[in-house]
Amino acid sequence: MMAATKDLSRGDLKRYLEERALTLRRHCLEMIGRAKSGHPGGSLSAADIVAVLYFHHMRQDPKNPRDPDRDRFVLSKGHAAPVLYAALAENGYFPLQDLQGLRQLDSRLEGHPDMNKVSGVDITSGSLGQGLSAANGMALAGRIDGRDYRVYVLIGDGESQEGMIWEAAMFGAHHKLDRVTAFVDYNNLQIDGHVSDIVEVQPLKDKWRAFGWHVLEVDGHDVIAIEDALKEADMMHGKPTVILARTVKCKGVSFMENKADWHGKAPNDDELRQALAELSCVPEVGA
Amino acid sequence: MKATREAIPAVLIELAQRGADIVALDADLAKSTGLDKFAALYPDRFFDCGVAEQNMIGTANGLAAAGKTAFVGGFTVFTVGRAWDQLRNVTCYANLNVKICSSHAGISVGEDGATHQTFEDIALLRMLPTMKILVPADYWQAAEMLRAAAALEGPVFIRIGRPKVPFVYDESYRFELGQAEVLRPGEDVTLVACGITVKMALDAAEALAEDGISAEVINAATIKPLDEDTIIASAAKTGHVVTAEEHSVIGGLGGAVAEVLGENLPTPLRRVGLADRYGKSAPYEELFAFFGITADEIAAAAREML
Repeated sequence: MMAATKDLSRGDLKRYLEERALTLRRHCLEMIGRAKSGHPGGSLSAADIVAVLYFHHMRQDPKNPRDPDRDRFVLSKGHAAPVLYAALAENGYFPLQDLQGLRQLDSRLEGHPDMNKVSGVDITSGSLGQGLSAANGMALAGRIDGRDYRVYVLIGDGESQEGMIWEAAMFGAHHKLDRVTAFVDYNNLQIDGHVSDIVEVQPLKDKWRAFGWHVLEVDGHDVIAIEDALKEADMMHGKPTVILARTVKCKGVSFMENKADWHGKAPNDDELRQALAELSCVPEVGA
Repeated sequence: MKATREAIPAVLIELAQRGADIVALDADLAKSTGLDKFAALYPDRFFDCGVAEQNMIGTANGLAAAGKTAFVGGFTVFTVGRAWDQLRNVTCYANLNVKICSSHAGISVGEDGATHQTFEDIALLRMLPTMKILVPADYWQAAEMLRAAAALEGPVFIRIGRPKVPFVYDESYRFELGQAEVLRPGEDVTLVACGITVKMALDAAEALAEDGISAEVINAATIKPLDEDTIIASAAKTGHVVTAEEHSVIGGLGGAVAEVLGENLPTPLRRVGLADRYGKSAPYEELFAFFGITADEIAAAAREML
């Protein structure tokens, strides 16, 4: 847990994390707008989850990004790279200015995260379905080494159509990997439309339960609910936890919310101006 | 005679005993790879992933990202074929310490037939930028390659087979990455082989010698990075090259040698291997005869050119 936030009251923590999430959303849209390419939908829907992890919950040291005892974060839905990059830059893993290079030739910020190029990225991702297996592997390594770090992994709901997710779900429960906590960013939208229209993933809760996981459901935009779920997951023994986070694709921008078209489309200049205006009401942290 | 796969448990146990930070994974084939023997001694360092090869490679990727050197077993057709995306998009792209020591590569799998044999694994992996590809000719070479894999940085594929094969080397053999080995010097034709065909090439050279043809035999045990200098130098000397492998003639050793010679020293070339077709069920010695991967075929290809 971050030293700077651990003594905040719930009210102050809420205001702080909401401000951080708003900042991440602004970075995402600016980066994607500048690159004229990228995935705003899943970046914005996951911003609150990522904010809670990176500005409060995870044990990390940006000055020592390869600390073997650090908590790990696996962005299984690698196309949400902008929100991860923004969180890393805001934490000081690399200069904020670098965010301007997203998807450009002279930048280390690839369209999808590369662990060898970007400080703080714990594993390369982009091909969907693979992150939960990697998280399990990291947790096994920690168990062998007697380290108590935790591994957090963010999976998309569309990504849950990948069979490998369920191979890994079986494996994680079998090995009682209680240091793994998965989030499903459940916005019910994928590139081709509603998840429920393309190939239904429901009942997700029953599926994960049947696979042997402790299942929690939260509003994925309620930072305190996310933090409470994470605390509960941290207390679980003998079972990994999945947090099904109900989210809104492109959350925070009225004209982009809940539209599959904004999965992988960049806003033009006018749209970007309007979106940033909507995201400008930053509540200041209560001192 | 000893199978290359018998080196897997022997060397992994040896590495663990020496304190190497290794783990091993399999996909319900630990009895075939011998990793069950490793598991018996190091149960905390072995993970049987069940019949789920994609998750096996994915889990190995996570273990490697957290600092372990992960050896993965299974059958090559599934470990490399089914989990190719996991190898491409994470293992190799991120240059992780995942060492593929799956078994049952090639058509020497035999009776299980086309679905379980491989003729494309070298081709599939040759294209991946960080991958190193090693093909052992016998047990001793396989053992050395496994040791080398543990010491190398990044992904390595060791092409290990099912059947017992004759010895080409002895216990004193030492493997050097990227070094093709001239096992028999010659003047008239170069026979480049890897794996089970190395012994065939040596036998072919013997037969050719009886006809007064001097054949140079090269074991191209490292397919990637290929020892281009040794192959070009030999081709420059003999002017004729035959490649031999239990792999498709497309994309494997023959393909690699053709690329090198085509760009550097165009030389008449014959490729002995699987002729762009699937394998089939039969005892493997019969399969080699059926598909024309034999000492006789290698010698015949050489004679045709001279």
